[in-house]
Amino acid sequence: MAQRTTEIVVGFFMIAGLIALLFLALQVSGLSPKAATATYTLYANFNDTGGLTPRGKVSMAGVTVGTIESISLDKQTFQARVAMSIHADVDNIPSDSAAVIRTSGLLGEQYIDISIGGDMESLNEGDTFYSTQSAMNLERLISNFASGR
Amino acid sequence: MIDRIASLGRSSLEVVGSLGRATQFLAGVLAGVPKPATGFPLLVKQVYSVGVLSLAIVVVSGLFIGMVLGLQGYTILSDYGSEAAIGQMIALTLVRELGPVVTALLFAGRAGSALTAEIGLMKATEQLSSMEMMGVDPLRRVIAPRLWAGFIAMPVLAMIFSVVGIWGGMLVGVEWLGVFEGSFWGNMQSSVDFVDDVLNGFIKSVVFGFVCAWIAVYQGYDCVPTSAGISSATTKTVVYSSLAVLGLDFVLTAVMFGDF
Repeated sequence: MAQRTTEIVVGFFMIAGLIALLFLALQVSGLSPKAATATYTLYANFNDTGGLTPRGKVSMAGVTVGTIESISLDKQTFQARVAMSIHADVDNIPSDSAAVIRTSGLLGEQYIDISIGGDMESLNEGDTFYSTQSAMNLERLISNFASGR
Repeated sequence: MIDRIASLGRSSLEVVGSLGRATQFLAGVLAGVPKPATGFPLLVKQVYSVGVLSLAIVVVSGLFIGMVLGLQGYTILSDYGSEAAIGQMIALTLVRELGPVVTALLFAGRAGSALTAEIGLMKATEQLSSMEMMGVDPLRRVIAPRLWAGFIAMPVLAMIFSVVGIWGGMLVGVEWLGVFEGSFWGNMQSSVDFVDDVLNGFIKSVVFGFVCAWIAVYQGYDCVPTSAGISSATTKTVVYSSLAVLGLDFVLTAVMFGDF
């Protein structure tokens, strides 16, 4: 085959590979080309984080508004301290809102849902949620029920 | 008894010697970078015969593997009433594992064996030695373009395999079995991460491409220059490549996804 034809075919081959990579990036992994959005950090202390993991989602009324940055143990209170980065455009979370750990579906992954309060003041960078609700632990629930407590 | 021990020693020395020769050979190939003007057309020609000609088998296998994943996944997941997770299952399986691994196995069988046979025959008919006589370095002229071609073509093939597989899975899951299309893609996008899944799969395919091409050209270059020697070298290429790919896959998976 002539050199030129070979070059053209190989060029198409490489383009097909690039398109495949783009497809995997955009359509399959849902990577959107937008730049990293500005965020601010909020904290919440939980008695039990259950199966919460970093990079999990933080949502409000079912809409994702941020991600879980890190989960660490507070050695003073023996509680889990969760850092969340919230999108900067959601800057009016009332300061008496509660962070609740929920499960998507029966067996799905756990995420933090922010249930809205009614305060006029809002949470700012570095603030901690005043009220939280830990993960529902099915086993503990059943054992509490069985022992009649 | 002593004879047995001696033969054990001899065969281990052979294995170590062969590994050493292969590494020396690789260093020689990588050191002899061809000049762009003469090297590039040779490289393009090899990418064509290694990559473009393997496209048919890769696309067809990818399509069928995706369709089988769709069917199998549907029967299992519908027991739990979560057919919608089928997109996630197909995409993660293909992008993380099956894409790179199956493509590498097909690549070893389709392109690796051809490379070995071609180079082996060149050696048997003393084309390589006559090149040296003419002052042309066969490592640079014959081996290097083939090695680089495998290195370049394999990731491209693996990406195409994954995409075609996902499309095949969608064909079965969405068009045939009636999973809702929105949740098919939605579940997929929420669970597949670009860096953790797609890029790691890409890195795997790069490693596999390099290993397969290296084994293929080394076996060809190192074969016994007879027809029996070429045939055993070709067999060795396919066997060693497959084993190396599967073994490396375990190691890479443990490194990439094993941080529990």
